[in-house]
Amino acid sequence: MDASAQTMNTNRESTVVTNAPHIKMKGEKVNVFYGEKQALFDVDLEVPEHQVTALIGPSGCGKSTFLRCLNRMNDIIDICQVKGNITLDKTDIYDSSVDVVELRARVGMVFQKPNPFPKSIFENVAYGPKIHGLARNKTELEEIVVESLQKAGLFEEVKDRLEEPGTGLSGGQQQRLCIARAIAVSPEVILMDEPCSALDPIATAKVEELIDELRQNFTIVIVTHSMQQAARVSQRTAFFHLGMLVEEGVTDEIFTNPTDKRTQDYITGRFG
Amino acid sequence: MTDSTQPSRPTSGRKTIGEAMKSSLKSRYAAEKRFQAYGIIAIALGLIFLGLLFYSIISRGYTAFEQTIIDLPVDLPRAEFSVDGQVTDEAISKANYSKIVREAIVKTVGADLSNRGEVRKVLELVSREASNQIRNFVAENPDAIGTTQIIPVLARGDVDSLMKGQIRRDVDESRRQLDDQQLVWIDQLIEEGRLEKRFNTFIFTEGPSSRAESSGIAVAVMGSAFMMGVVLLLALPIGVAASIYLEEFAPKNRWTDLIEVNINNLAAVPSIVYGILGLAVFINYAGLPRSSAIVGGLVLTLMTLPTIIIATRAALRAVPPSIREAALGVGASKNQAVFHHVLPLAAPGVMTGTIIGLAQALGETAPLLMIGMVAFVNDFPTSPWSPATAVPVQIFLWANSAERAFVERTSAAIIILLVFLICMNALAVFLRRRFEQRW
Repeated sequence: MDASAQTMNTNRESTVVTNAPHIKMKGEKVNVFYGEKQALFDVDLEVPEHQVTALIGPSGCGKSTFLRCLNRMNDIIDICQVKGNITLDKTDIYDSSVDVVELRARVGMVFQKPNPFPKSIFENVAYGPKIHGLARNKTELEEIVVESLQKAGLFEEVKDRLEEPGTGLSGGQQQRLCIARAIAVSPEVILMDEPCSALDPIATAKVEELIDELRQNFTIVIVTHSMQQAARVSQRTAFFHLGMLVEEGVTDEIFTNPTDKRTQDYITGRFG
Repeated sequence: MTDSTQPSRPTSGRKTIGEAMKSSLKSRYAAEKRFQAYGIIAIALGLIFLGLLFYSIISRGYTAFEQTIIDLPVDLPRAEFSVDGQVTDEAISKANYSKIVREAIVKTVGADLSNRGEVRKVLELVSREASNQIRNFVAENPDAIGTTQIIPVLARGDVDSLMKGQIRRDVDESRRQLDDQQLVWIDQLIEEGRLEKRFNTFIFTEGPSSRAESSGIAVAVMGSAFMMGVVLLLALPIGVAASIYLEEFAPKNRWTDLIEVNINNLAAVPSIVYGILGLAVFINYAGLPRSSAIVGGLVLTLMTLPTIIIATRAALRAVPPSIREAALGVGASKNQAVFHHVLPLAAPGVMTGTIIGLAQALGETAPLLMIGMVAFVNDFPTSPWSPATAVPVQIFLWANSAERAFVERTSAAIIILLVFLICMNALAVFLRRRFEQRW
């Protein structure tokens, strides 16, 4: 079955994308239940490496649920049950041999509401590298922190006040701090759950720019409510509706020439 | 908005919003005013009763912080303290101090040593503790032997009560604890500047005594301190560990629900029940020494645990889930997320809960009565295993004594206990303010 799925996928790849990139993460027949209620129905989705994949859809359509399956964040919800296959570099992440802590270090996450630790800016970024033992000494740790803050485009703004609490920053800065915190452990994939929904347009623009830059080094999956944002930052878009993946493909095509009626209705603003 | 959606006013007989508001606003404001008035009345009543409580206790108890002392010139003849002309420690401890006190007081007031009735009445002015005080003085100053020394000794409780106005001079002699002749002697001593009220150190340094004038709270404070130590050492780690497990790790199922309900119920169990449990388990079954601080501490630990667990769980629950997600999101294990982020944020709440639990335990009497801590203990406990008593139990014991001087001691002990409790609560508030982190 694995092999047939593989060939099928490669077929689809070749029809949609010209030079098929490596598939970083893949969900196959993903079904998610919250207790009795089913939130996702047979979702098949591929996340290509070094691209931004946007998940769009109306509220409650399951896009955040799917995102949270990718680093097993749903594990902390007692009643949540995930069925199906989700792979990271062809390894099943729900396999008993996979350590969830290691998985989350490889698949980082940025949340909807900026949630810096109530600690200093430095501590916020240094926490991940510290618990994973990424730095051999203090100098290395400082290097990682500075590098991460630079990559998150925040360093220039905070370089004189690294010891001040991260919670004292503005909303946009806090969100970039959270991004710096996520990239400090050098993950392979970064999941972003509506990272700009709590930000003003200027801060949003900065984060969007940042996402585009981060694509060089990371694979990004972003959930967004804003179709403009999906159009601006993503290379691929997946449209979810009522727990089903309706359509997915290259962003430009989804927005200009959707095949499904529901997608068309949504992106033209007829519902959602 | 377009015209069609505007409310069309004149068509029906309905009130306009303006008219409707006019009549309803008045009653709405009145309701609000009324509610505020109830609140203010409730708070005022509370404050009045608090004020009355403090007034009654302090007005009765403050006098206990002063004690009547007689500066007694005491002859310390060498012969009394020596065996074969040699002053020895044994001779000092075995000397006839009653006689020394008797001779000293009789000589000081100028009474007749050969009149036994008069001597007895004179002796009623000084405390029986005076012999011990002189013994201690001599033991500390052996050089004074052979001289006459002015030694401050305690006056008898009745004299103290007279000085504080609790025994009135205008009462008929037959119903007064001190007769007219004794009053004359007292006035004479006051005149000579030998008898006066001084700050009372005994209440802070001594244990209980059958003599009101020489009894103090120190042994009970020591016992309470040992118990609080036991409670803190046991209840804090056990309570916090239990709460963390229940709140962060345990699966939410019927068993944990049952446990939660039971913990909440245990917090409401009458404390004397814990006393019976302690008696059955710690003393009868485990064979721990009765009326010891360790048993008292264990019983109070059981009593305090639910309070600490409930407070800690509430504090853990108040930490926003986004912090846990943030930690898990960078690859922290659950344990790391809890101990690096959640617990530090919950710490102020945990500390507050613990201190309030301790304060509750400090004031608890009933369970201690069950495990025999109501005994008269006048030796300082040296370990949690030695017999001890506690401050509230001491208050209970003193409250049962009839003498005037014990009444003020009871109130004084309550004041001391209240001061401890206020300090602990203030500490709780301070810790919460100091370590509270905002996000």
